[in-house]
Amino acid sequence: MNHMNFVIPSFAPAMPEIVLLVLASLLLVADTIWSKRYEFATYYATQVILVVVGYLIFESFATEQVITFSGSFVRDTFGDVLKLFIVLISLGIFLFSKEYLLQKKFYKGEYFTLGLFGVLGMFVMVSAYNLITMYLGLEIMSLAIYALVAMRKDNQFALEAAMKYFVLGALATGMLLYGFSMLYGATGEIQFSKMAQVIASGKADDVVLSFGVVFVVIGLAFKLGAVPFHMWVPDVYHGAPTAVTLFMGTAPKLAAFAMLYRILIEGLPGLVQDWQTLIIIITVLSLAVGAIVTLVQDNLKRLLAYSGIGHVGFMLLGIVAATPDGYSAAMFYIIVYSITGVAGFGMIVALARTGNAFDKVSDFKGMNKRNPWLALMMLFVMFSMAGIPPFIGFYAKVTVIQEAVRSGFVWLAVYAVVTAVISAFYYLKVVKTMYFDEPDDNSKAEPVSRQLNWAVSFVSVALLILGLMPSSLITLCYNSL
Amino acid sequence: MIFGFPILSTLIWLPIIGGLIVLFVGRDRDQLAKWIALIVSVLTFLASLPLWMEFDKTTAAMQFVERSSWIPQFNIQYYLGVDGLSMPLVLLTTFTQILVIASAWEVIKERVEQYMGAFMIMQGLMIGVFVALDGILFYVFWEALLIPMFIVIGKWGGPNRVYATIKFFLYTFFGSVFMLVGFLYMYFQSGSFSILDFQAMHLGMTAQILIFLAFLIAFAVKVPMFPVHTWLPDAHVQAPTAGSVVLAAIMLKMGGYGFVRFSLPITPDASMELDWLVIALSLIAIFYIGLVAMVQSDMKKLVAYSSISHMGFVTLGMFLVFDILQNTQSTQGSMIGMEGAMIQMISHGFISGAMFLMIGVLYDRMHTREISAYGGVVNTMPWFGFFAVLFAMANAGLPGTSGFVGEFMVILSSFKANPWYGIVAASTLIIGAAYTLWMVKRVFFGPVSNDNVAQLKDLNAREFTIMATLAVAVILLGIYPAPVIDVMHTSVENLLIQATTSKL
Repeated sequence: MNHMNFVIPSFAPAMPEIVLLVLASLLLVADTIWSKRYEFATYYATQVILVVVGYLIFESFATEQVITFSGSFVRDTFGDVLKLFIVLISLGIFLFSKEYLLQKKFYKGEYFTLGLFGVLGMFVMVSAYNLITMYLGLEIMSLAIYALVAMRKDNQFALEAAMKYFVLGALATGMLLYGFSMLYGATGEIQFSKMAQVIASGKADDVVLSFGVVFVVIGLAFKLGAVPFHMWVPDVYHGAPTAVTLFMGTAPKLAAFAMLYRILIEGLPGLVQDWQTLIIIITVLSLAVGAIVTLVQDNLKRLLAYSGIGHVGFMLLGIVAATPDGYSAAMFYIIVYSITGVAGFGMIVALARTGNAFDKVSDFKGMNKRNPWLALMMLFVMFSMAGIPPFIGFYAKVTVIQEAVRSGFVWLAVYAVVTAVISAFYYLKVVKTMYFDEPDDNSKAEPVSRQLNWAVSFVSVALLILGLMPSSLITLCYNSL
Repeated sequence: MIFGFPILSTLIWLPIIGGLIVLFVGRDRDQLAKWIALIVSVLTFLASLPLWMEFDKTTAAMQFVERSSWIPQFNIQYYLGVDGLSMPLVLLTTFTQILVIASAWEVIKERVEQYMGAFMIMQGLMIGVFVALDGILFYVFWEALLIPMFIVIGKWGGPNRVYATIKFFLYTFFGSVFMLVGFLYMYFQSGSFSILDFQAMHLGMTAQILIFLAFLIAFAVKVPMFPVHTWLPDAHVQAPTAGSVVLAAIMLKMGGYGFVRFSLPITPDASMELDWLVIALSLIAIFYIGLVAMVQSDMKKLVAYSSISHMGFVTLGMFLVFDILQNTQSTQGSMIGMEGAMIQMISHGFISGAMFLMIGVLYDRMHTREISAYGGVVNTMPWFGFFAVLFAMANAGLPGTSGFVGEFMVILSSFKANPWYGIVAASTLIIGAAYTLWMVKRVFFGPVSNDNVAQLKDLNAREFTIMATLAVAVILLGIYPAPVIDVMHTSVENLLIQATTSKL
């Protein structure tokens, strides 16, 4: 067997991950020294590290697939695009988080070092080319997030959320691992391309394989927060400190999407018939829950959590299509959703008052009177999430629906647009609260810091500008597969 | 384009950019905001005049075309152009806009810059709807319009505005998403989102029926047709005057425009197959909604229902063509119905705009729209009474006003299609006259009913100018509609050929 010969593997394709690992480890040590002397040193170092890593990816941007480390690691355009967006979105997450942690008076350097390891985990997930590496990446990311959720030791809700997330997350990884073991058992391979070959040759055990697919899809649905494995999402999003919710709700979605793509599409293309049915069921349920249960939420974090479930449903429409263009549309959707999510959760952070969190929908009452600019920005976010043109969220929905129609799932497309109309109601409700309700006297928002104001405005206006000129982002996604 | 000048883009973007400028510089500077809004709307109107003057009446082809790639990945283009069907509607929009801005001049006191900005952005988007020749571009303008209208009704509207505005938004959004799915389906058949390519493509009967129904939901909500009309009275009653004017005068026309731009030419066989459905719904609107209008105690609601009833003529005139063709074997009768529908759209734009402005004038003074709160207004407001009676007559379809021309043409052709259609449609001459004149009688005539009415002041110069302008428009179109019919003629002829040529 060729790959067992000991050859020094090529490290170059993994250079961003290696640099990230080394710098994050150094920062972990440095943080213990710095945190006592320089307040924000760790934060700035984190952002610099992200920029450096982002530059490394950009500078060596992959134009073709390179596989290294004995076939366990892949570098390709698909991965690089996702990683670049993970970096971009993380830059925003950390910026918002810093302000939030300061406001809530539990600023700690650990948040950022843990965050960096989370990013590393996402990178590994994106680039994993066999089951083991995939699992490794998933665990690196998950462990970092478990710790982040529990970071607020004095808050009962946060601890409860951490517990829930940890137990259910462990259950999900267990499912996934169980599925992995069956896939290995049936095919005798752990590398995605080889698994695909064995399945294509018909030598694999069909029964074991089918069970494996079911368990893997369940695990993936858990991680994506898709129905019926979504129960943890609202509680954990709600309970976690908003900065952590912001982190959990955005960038990891890209990594989870990459995982889905690598396993189902690169690893199990021969089993399309099997997993497509499962994904259709999950999509139908997610769209329904995302649209209907969201209607009764008054807490904005829960509202965004449930609406996120609906968005995952929309993204899965592209996967259901089971064509390269469908996958590209799903990728475009999930990138757009992550950007919109940063803007949405970022808005909650920006408006967080000392004391209570600014997270009830009713806290937005009369915002147009108090801060018309931020109200307008929130309007952009809400209409983008609802999929109303000219915001980019519209094109995200159009592309996935388009690919579903192209693959003959017209009924699913019609069903999806109906759920989109239902969900428009609660996005409208937020806009309505901001523009038409009179502010309560006691809900005066703290003045928003200039930095946050700029950051929120930047992301929200980006939703409009991308919407007016969506072609480059669409092209990027369509050309990366 | 004229001499390389992108006139259609100018008409879209001038008001939108102007609106954004107003939003940013107009904060707490109300006078400035108003003046910018007025100047931009006058400029936009002037910029739209070349469309009329340079228009080539001899061709049904798209004119002033602008075309460039927008989202090449899906072959989506920034593709604009007008023909005889859309050009008059563009002019209606630019013309009405000036009156809309002027009507809000002294009335709106809260966040004037947001109000003016919203209406200016809306204008650009509405023109975009009428001139877009790419399906997705059309859809973007069509949907984006909901956002400013949502804000306008919800923020400056009446006491129950929030319910009304959300209902308005969800109804129209629900309608239009089906149109989007239809577009996507056609894109995969034709490889392009160009509306002209949609029109040229071949479609099987099943596909046509499904697409026709998708379009029907979208456009029926917008027109609005019975039974999806219920959002309109709510929206109208709650909307501020200018919002009602824009809704009635222009937004409803987008539905009618949708039928002639999409349904008839793209799905001719399905249109022929299902024309009974549209005709039945139109006749119900004309007759039943007319009766509903009669029992309203709120003036605005009355006019809102009368709008639905009159818009029934638009859809009726459009879908009579197949029956007439079957009965007479000549396109002459169908021409009259179709042109009647188009004239009715323009005329209804003027008349409903005028009616809502009229009610707005009363509301500004008395802060009520209850008919019973008035009586004998003509004694204290003679000029206003003069215009009000004129517009009421036009609304009732009196010959010599624009209301007569369109309705008469449609009724005429409906007799050719089926005498029963004609009888039901003609009932509007009685019902419409009844509710309009009854309202006029109760509000304007008789003795002065109470002290509030006794203290009313007649129109000021601004209001007088608005009313007089509309009066001139209503009468001009009423006694000499030929120029408008002329510019449409070739395009309507072409539309009839498209609608009656089977794609199967």
